[in-house]
Amino acid sequence: MSSPEPAVHHHGPPQSFIRKYIFSLDHKVIGKQYYGLALIAVLAGLILSWLMRIHLGWQAAAIPLLGKLSPTGAPGNVMTPDYYLSLMTMHATLMIFFVLTTAPFAAFGNYLLPIQVGAEDMAFPRFNMMSFWVTFVAFVVLILSFFVGDGPPLAGWTSYAPLSSVGGVAGPGQGTGQTLWAVSIAIFCIGQLLGSLNFITTTLDLRTKGMSLARMPLSTWGWFVTSVIALLAFAALLPACVLLILDRTAGTSFFSSAGLVVNDQVLPHSGGSPLLWQHLFWFFGHPEVYIAILPGFGIISTVLPAFARKRILSSRAVIGCMVSIGFLSYMVWGHHMFVSGMNPFSAVLFSLPTLIITIPATIMVLLWLGTLYGARMRYTASALFSVGFISVFITGGLSGFFLAQPSLDTYLHATYFVVAHFHFVMALAAMFGIFAGTYFWFPKMFGRMMNETLGKWHFWLTFIGVYCVFMPMHYLGLAGNVRRYAAFTDNYLAPLIPLHRFISISAFFVGAAQLIFFFNLFWSRFWGAKATDNPWEATTLEWSTTSPPPFDNFGGRHLVVYHGPEEYGVDSDTLEYVMQTAPEQIKTT
Amino acid sequence: MNEPEVAVGIDHETWNEESPYRIPSRKLGMWLFILSDAVTFAAILYAYAFVRLATANWTRPFEVSSIVNGVVMTTVLLVSSVTTLAALDAAKHNQRSRSVTWLGVTMLLGMLFAALHIREWIKMIDKGWRLFQNPTGGPVLFGSTFFCITGLHLMHIIAGVVAIAVVAIKYSRGSLDTGHVESVGLYWHFVDLVWMFVFPLVYLMNAK
Repeated sequence: MSSPEPAVHHHGPPQSFIRKYIFSLDHKVIGKQYYGLALIAVLAGLILSWLMRIHLGWQAAAIPLLGKLSPTGAPGNVMTPDYYLSLMTMHATLMIFFVLTTAPFAAFGNYLLPIQVGAEDMAFPRFNMMSFWVTFVAFVVLILSFFVGDGPPLAGWTSYAPLSSVGGVAGPGQGTGQTLWAVSIAIFCIGQLLGSLNFITTTLDLRTKGMSLARMPLSTWGWFVTSVIALLAFAALLPACVLLILDRTAGTSFFSSAGLVVNDQVLPHSGGSPLLWQHLFWFFGHPEVYIAILPGFGIISTVLPAFARKRILSSRAVIGCMVSIGFLSYMVWGHHMFVSGMNPFSAVLFSLPTLIITIPATIMVLLWLGTLYGARMRYTASALFSVGFISVFITGGLSGFFLAQPSLDTYLHATYFVVAHFHFVMALAAMFGIFAGTYFWFPKMFGRMMNETLGKWHFWLTFIGVYCVFMPMHYLGLAGNVRRYAAFTDNYLAPLIPLHRFISISAFFVGAAQLIFFFNLFWSRFWGAKATDNPWEATTLEWSTTSPPPFDNFGGRHLVVYHGPEEYGVDSDTLEYVMQTAPEQIKTT
Repeated sequence: MNEPEVAVGIDHETWNEESPYRIPSRKLGMWLFILSDAVTFAAILYAYAFVRLATANWTRPFEVSSIVNGVVMTTVLLVSSVTTLAALDAAKHNQRSRSVTWLGVTMLLGMLFAALHIREWIKMIDKGWRLFQNPTGGPVLFGSTFFCITGLHLMHIIAGVVAIAVVAIKYSRGSLDTGHVESVGLYWHFVDLVWMFVFPLVYLMNAK
């Protein structure tokens, strides 16, 4: 590649180690930092899920070293029911906030959004750096709860009041642990607000010549819509967490009603409402589900055409669907509260938009499937995970139809049916999106290819494994197995224990399959085959620069964009695809 | 192969696609911040509405003197918005010292507002109002919501005064430009606008 004079920069390349790798302003470094944080969090979350699954399968099982981590939570290495809830809370909090928000949105978005729109960096690099380090502090505060007081909180990732608001009297972990949780999440909100402000401004203001909004890659659209949702959603969670902290430390009673008796103690609170917490939390919480999954929509819509060697059926329809899902995500929070004691009429009000939201989701699925139809797919690991994404998203979406209806939800609420639903539709789909993105962009990020054979093994073991783990949970839920139970002592649950053991064994299997991924990631980072600039013959701007890109992304060049993001399988002069930066005409035959 | 067209050494701005809003990034960033901050205030006002509607015998403690004080505070804040506009107008005509003077007046008005507000707080605390305590014996949530909402707003006022001070100093030295005066003005108008919701909802609706 030629080395022309550098153009105008917002800031020069850093020289010192600290400015280059730790407090870096470079969006690419920040993206990798987010990815690293997500890797640590996902490993912790995975281990926690293993511990939970061991306990659910074999209640009396002693887990080596667990007693060392928490002498009160696991006396004699056997987990207490309270500690089970603590681990569950931390599993969900780590996974939802520090994996499903940071990896697909903050990590890939930071690394790729500026490159995909042809910018040298984010609009506010300093805010961007602060965004990561604030998030990192939030992570440390959360992890601290394992080691102080009597362990992590046990109120779940939703931290329902009054369990979360009355303090240590409510149980182990509800003292310091729950306060740390609230502080951590409040800090996390600030980090994501800074990040999303940056994403939106960069997308709107820093697009290179010719990169009209309609020509932006769908992955950029995904991150853009996500950042709009995040900007408004985290802004609502922040004051909710502050009020929760005040309830816990300053003696206010926003979320605790009068006359509460907890563990035989009459509490001094009066006047508040636990329902208020649910409203504030879910006003954030439901959009958060889309913060986790929308980047996945974008990634899949970019990756699939590259391997199908076809345009996506209608990229404008995909954009429209993502925007309408983002809009609708604010109108459905009450569907988490059908059995919480709202006015029954409001259940109808929330049920309707919930069912409506399935329309854009279904349109998108049909567009992806239509793109696959008749395609000569190149089945790389990334392509497999993209197809897998569609599969788990459909499976999870179908159970959503049941849960969206208040009358059915009254029975299914807080059973394993719900656990199956949100793991498929949010957790697994988002994870598959992360995997598809990782196999796709790893060569760009690190200049080396990941091992395809290991990638395919990783896919098939994961794909089969997750169905073994989560498919039976639908049955458990229909059989009345309530979630968050640490033990199944009721008579009607006893026959379900063998199924729980099957799920547990499957979960160990899926977790072990992820070791292939971790190994592949680290091995390829250092010893993978050298990647060319455009190994997938893809068309978006990141493939028009070196792998990995230079500090200012394009080596001082200003790219001009002539085409949409997915000109695959077209009749051009030379190739069957046309890069966005190629000035040549596409023949219309 | 598809060699991209390359342009070298050309000013960054001319090589960008036009923004749909045609405003500088800094100003867009401020608008986005205002948007998210508005949600934060909305959430806390929603919480206030929620607990108030759920409480049968809500305490309305404000006497005429408090309302008068509130009206004075409101007037001070409204005037400070006008002086912000005067500062921006001067900045647009490149009259730096006049602009800085108006920014100074805005800061003084902001500080006056904060002083009146803190005096109000001290009076209430003397009467026995706390985050968790109602001296009249009614529901405690009046104190909780009052101090939280006005406290959040007061924090914004103090942050705004500091921000205006920083902008005024740097602008007078020439290291910041009109755009910064405009951005900090936007923030100030927003804080002013929030008060236009807080005053009727928290003061007028709680008059005796």
